[in-house]
Amino acid sequence: MLTLAFLAQTFRIAIPYLFASAGGVVSERVGLIALTLEGYLLGGAFCAILGTEMSGSPWVGVVAGMAGGAALALLYAVCAIRFKANQVIVGVAINLLVIGLTRFFLRLFYDSSSNSPRVEGFTVEQSGTGFVALAQNPLVWLGIVAVVTLGWMLYRTRFGLRIRAVGEHPQAAASVGVPVDRIRYLAAALSGAVAALGGVYLALDQHQFTDGMSAGRGFIALAAVIFGRWDPARVALACFLFAAAETLQIQLQGAQAIPSQFVEMIPYALTIVALATVVGRTAAPAALGKTAEQ
Amino acid sequence: MTVASSMPASTQRAGAARVAVRMTDIRKAFGDCIANAGASLEVATGEIHALVGENGAGKSTLMRTLAGLYAPNGGTVEVNGSDVTGWSTKEAIAAGVGMVHQHFMLVPTLTVAENLTLGSEPVRGIQLDRAAAEAATRELSERTGLRVEAARKVSSLSVGELQRVEILKALYRGARVLILDEPTAVLSPPEVQELWTVLRRLREDGGTIILITHKLDEVMAISDTITVMQLGRTVARLRTAETTPREIARAMVGRDVSLALDALSAPAPSSIAGTGGAHTLLSVRDLRVSTPMRERAVDGVSFDIAAGEILGIAGVEGNGQTELIEAIAGLRPAGSGRVMLRGSDAGEHDLLSLDVRHRGDAGLSHIPEDRHHRGLVLDYTVAENLILGRQHHFSRGAALDHDRIAANAAEQIAAFDVRPRDPATPARALSGGNQQKVVIAREMGRDFQVLLATQPTRGVDVGAIEFIHQRLRDARAAGKAILLVSADLAEILALSDRIAVMYRGRLVTILPRSEASAEKLGPYMTGAESAGGGPTAPAT
Amino acid sequence: MSAAPTPASQRHSRRTKLEEAILPPVVALLLAVVVGDLLILAFGQAPGAVYRLLLEGTWGNWYGLGQVLYKATTLTFTGLAVGYAMRAGLFNIGAEGQLAAGGFAAALVGLALPAGLPWIAVLPVYVVAAILGGGLVGFVPGILRAKFGAHEVITTIMLNYIVLALLAYVVSAHLHVPETLHTEAIASGLLPRLVDISSVFRGSAANATIVLAAAAAALAWWILFRTRRGYELRATGLQPEAAEYGAVHVGRVWWQAMLVSGALAGLGGLNYVIGYKGYYEEGFAAGSGFLGIAVALVGRNHPAGIVVAALLFATLSQGGLAVNALVPKQMVDVLQAVVILAIATAVPEVRRLLRVARRTGDR
Repeated sequence: MLTLAFLAQTFRIAIPYLFASAGGVVSERVGLIALTLEGYLLGGAFCAILGTEMSGSPWVGVVAGMAGGAALALLYAVCAIRFKANQVIVGVAINLLVIGLTRFFLRLFYDSSSNSPRVEGFTVEQSGTGFVALAQNPLVWLGIVAVVTLGWMLYRTRFGLRIRAVGEHPQAAASVGVPVDRIRYLAAALSGAVAALGGVYLALDQHQFTDGMSAGRGFIALAAVIFGRWDPARVALACFLFAAAETLQIQLQGAQAIPSQFVEMIPYALTIVALATVVGRTAAPAALGKTAEQ
Repeated sequence: MTVASSMPASTQRAGAARVAVRMTDIRKAFGDCIANAGASLEVATGEIHALVGENGAGKSTLMRTLAGLYAPNGGTVEVNGSDVTGWSTKEAIAAGVGMVHQHFMLVPTLTVAENLTLGSEPVRGIQLDRAAAEAATRELSERTGLRVEAARKVSSLSVGELQRVEILKALYRGARVLILDEPTAVLSPPEVQELWTVLRRLREDGGTIILITHKLDEVMAISDTITVMQLGRTVARLRTAETTPREIARAMVGRDVSLALDALSAPAPSSIAGTGGAHTLLSVRDLRVSTPMRERAVDGVSFDIAAGEILGIAGVEGNGQTELIEAIAGLRPAGSGRVMLRGSDAGEHDLLSLDVRHRGDAGLSHIPEDRHHRGLVLDYTVAENLILGRQHHFSRGAALDHDRIAANAAEQIAAFDVRPRDPATPARALSGGNQQKVVIAREMGRDFQVLLATQPTRGVDVGAIEFIHQRLRDARAAGKAILLVSADLAEILALSDRIAVMYRGRLVTILPRSEASAEKLGPYMTGAESAGGGPTAPAT
Repeated sequence: MSAAPTPASQRHSRRTKLEEAILPPVVALLLAVVVGDLLILAFGQAPGAVYRLLLEGTWGNWYGLGQVLYKATTLTFTGLAVGYAMRAGLFNIGAEGQLAAGGFAAALVGLALPAGLPWIAVLPVYVVAAILGGGLVGFVPGILRAKFGAHEVITTIMLNYIVLALLAYVVSAHLHVPETLHTEAIASGLLPRLVDISSVFRGSAANATIVLAAAAAALAWWILFRTRRGYELRATGLQPEAAEYGAVHVGRVWWQAMLVSGALAGLGGLNYVIGYKGYYEEGFAAGSGFLGIAVALVGRNHPAGIVVAALLFATLSQGGLAVNALVPKQMVDVLQAVVILAIATAVPEVRRLLRVARRTGDR
């Protein structure tokens, strides 16, 4: 089973999780619950297609996707920090907002209720699905770079230290002059931009945007963040674990006629198991979700 | 910090009597709550200044304004002659004003060095320079005599160590004016002496210290000058050498008050009324409780309380008192042991096998240490809070019996003088003292045999304190058993018939009141003495 | 710190409580109108014309009114579900799956019954089935939270996907009528429709489930505000530590609340399955579960407010169809999300502004 094809497939499935969960780690470490990863993925996908389609270049799509993710994240941050709204409710609302907006703009720009026109991506159809094809996709490399860089940033830079301090004990950080809200906004924008790249990858890989194409991956990425206990390296491993399980089920489906609906269910079931076994959220950043207090 | 010169410190101070801090007519409100309503303060350089007042007088708010955490709504702040009103914490720190808070402002998951340098972290290029941060920490630690380990995670430190880190944090940033908010609340008597030594050393080096406290014995022991606050304004300015505790107390409260302070110096004769042949109402045997943080939070505790007796447990917070009370009350599972309660029907109840509701029905009442989180549902009305924990007794079938609830509320509000009198007032709108009265009305205004009273007068004004103390004495006279846990040694000494000291999960001694005093109890509170007799190695 | 309140300020504080309850929904709806205007203009239409058409298509004719009542019925159930859980401090995002499960359970029962039984006799059976179906799906996240501390936000979202996929499998593999996504027609106990009472409602889906919804709202109110269990549940939602101290079994309150919440959502399934179409169809929930969140928020988690909010959102939903010629109905999806966002931010902000206004007023 552990063939090269299996590994390549796993890697392929893992890419959006890696981007989204990297963004999720940054967001949760600074104290913002990352329910919005789903919205960042979907929004990033749509903006990527929009940017690529209007300019003809997928790189413009990448930038547009990141900008879209960052904008959504800042909206979330403003509501939670400035207006002290409950993070869970705002998170759910933003996800719904992205679904609504993408549908609306699909009608407005492309006069369709389900998909956009096809665009050029980074992958060429003929290169297949193995590692060769993956290596040719600059977003794959970007993904690896993003995960490593974010991990390094969190533990080795000033910004990362401050993020961790703000997410654990914002009053302590404020008492020594750390600009707590500014750190939160910057971290939010960063998390949105990186997570959105997962959607950019998805959209450009499929060469179009389809309604609801993120399909719950944002929540699986959040599960990886929790499963990996908010540590970038462990979270990345969790992403690969989830992706491997999905690949396994897809291969089994082909071999033994397991209904497709059960394949769909597996990542979500795994997520529930993950949550039930990581006893509560005892390792979570102490100030997670607490922007509304005081 | 500059090296002290060869001149005696007092002469130095007289010659260089510059004003380090002058705050004039400060006003500050938070929503409905007016914290400062015209508070003033003046401190000369090289002075240890005490800022006194009751809980809620506005001392912390005033000092946080000085430290840059808040901007005042009115008034001026001058430091070393310059107007700095409304400055930020960053500016305050840069100007040498540092504050050590009552509730430590340290990030638990970071190391001592990281906490020390947070906000001004040493870097090499774009990376953090961990070695430089740790070296700077060690150097400062050695220079000031405040011993800490630079690379340890803050979550693993003891309370005394945490305070040292906090002080170092301020000094690292070059604090010349050091503000300490109730620093001895978490220290045992010997650790308090250690702190005084550190402060005197800092004063000799020319630093200015402002000490927020409500403990008058400390004011007399360490300070040079005093500002007294009451209800948000300054009511008196005194020189310590020229005043007495009584005078300070009168200024704090506006009337003559019999001081529990007297109880500290002279042991009172024991006054166990009517306990001849008294039954044991609460019996605890070999109780063990473990928490995720500490495996032996309560490490084999045994004691009895007789009818008509108050057993006081003294000890620095964090030695297992909270876990002990929670285990008896049913809010925390016990690992092993037995707790038996003798009910009004003279039957024995095995408390550990009962849930909270049935422990209450058996005759156990509990005044929790945190009325804001445990004792009251702040958004519920006074009437609704008065049945909390007893709602089963105010129901008819599935429905609540609103008539009985209203009658109960009227009765309790009158009996315990809760203001305002409207039972539909949300608990949130009450003052601290009245909130506590609601809790006490509920817990003591019913049929009970044993009362667990934890920090019963914390954050409560003096008038209400007297009321509550009297209620406790009345309950004792009526033959109830009371387990009193308090961080206020004076309160323990004033009320208890016997006094136990809890240290590291064990009761290291139990003394009758006649044999107890602060000097006697201090060593037990730090672990220098233990029940086995003879001093053991002092704990760090 | 501040002086104790006087009787006059008691009335004052009760009025403020009302203000704090009503103002945020008003603000949120105003914001939704503004955003709606922008979206309408983006499509090159005039807001005025669109809103007029919206009102005409909903409250302006009997068919529209019938449709509004029909949709409001489902939304009342899902709104009650979310609101009830919220009162216990829980976020039930799974009403969508619970709704589908409840409807499916009723359909299963209906397919098993012999044909021709009168609805009065069979209705209790359907009700029980819907409660069990939805309740089971609600119970799982509840018990996971109580026993393992697994946050129900994510587990309910996950279960949505799982339940919907499972139901899709069962229907497509075993129960569906070929070439369709629905089961066979149920032959027993279908509920009377409004059109049976008066022919002006011809064509609308409104049916007797409306009565069930009203009864459910009344029951929810009674439980929450008049019973001991409701007292304990609300205390748990406000301050779980105080509730624990107050002899409440917090874990039990949690899973019981999720069970009831799921059951309420499940009952909503009856509206479609035995009230309207007479069969279970894949996707019949169509977002009502998520809309329930908006309904609960606008209704401030109070059964009376939820009923009003349900009517509001039903109007919006039906109105979207009515104006589809001018502006895509997807605009309604956006507006719903905007309302939730606006309410979430308005509640703390209004509270803060009222406090400031009160202070300056007091001077």
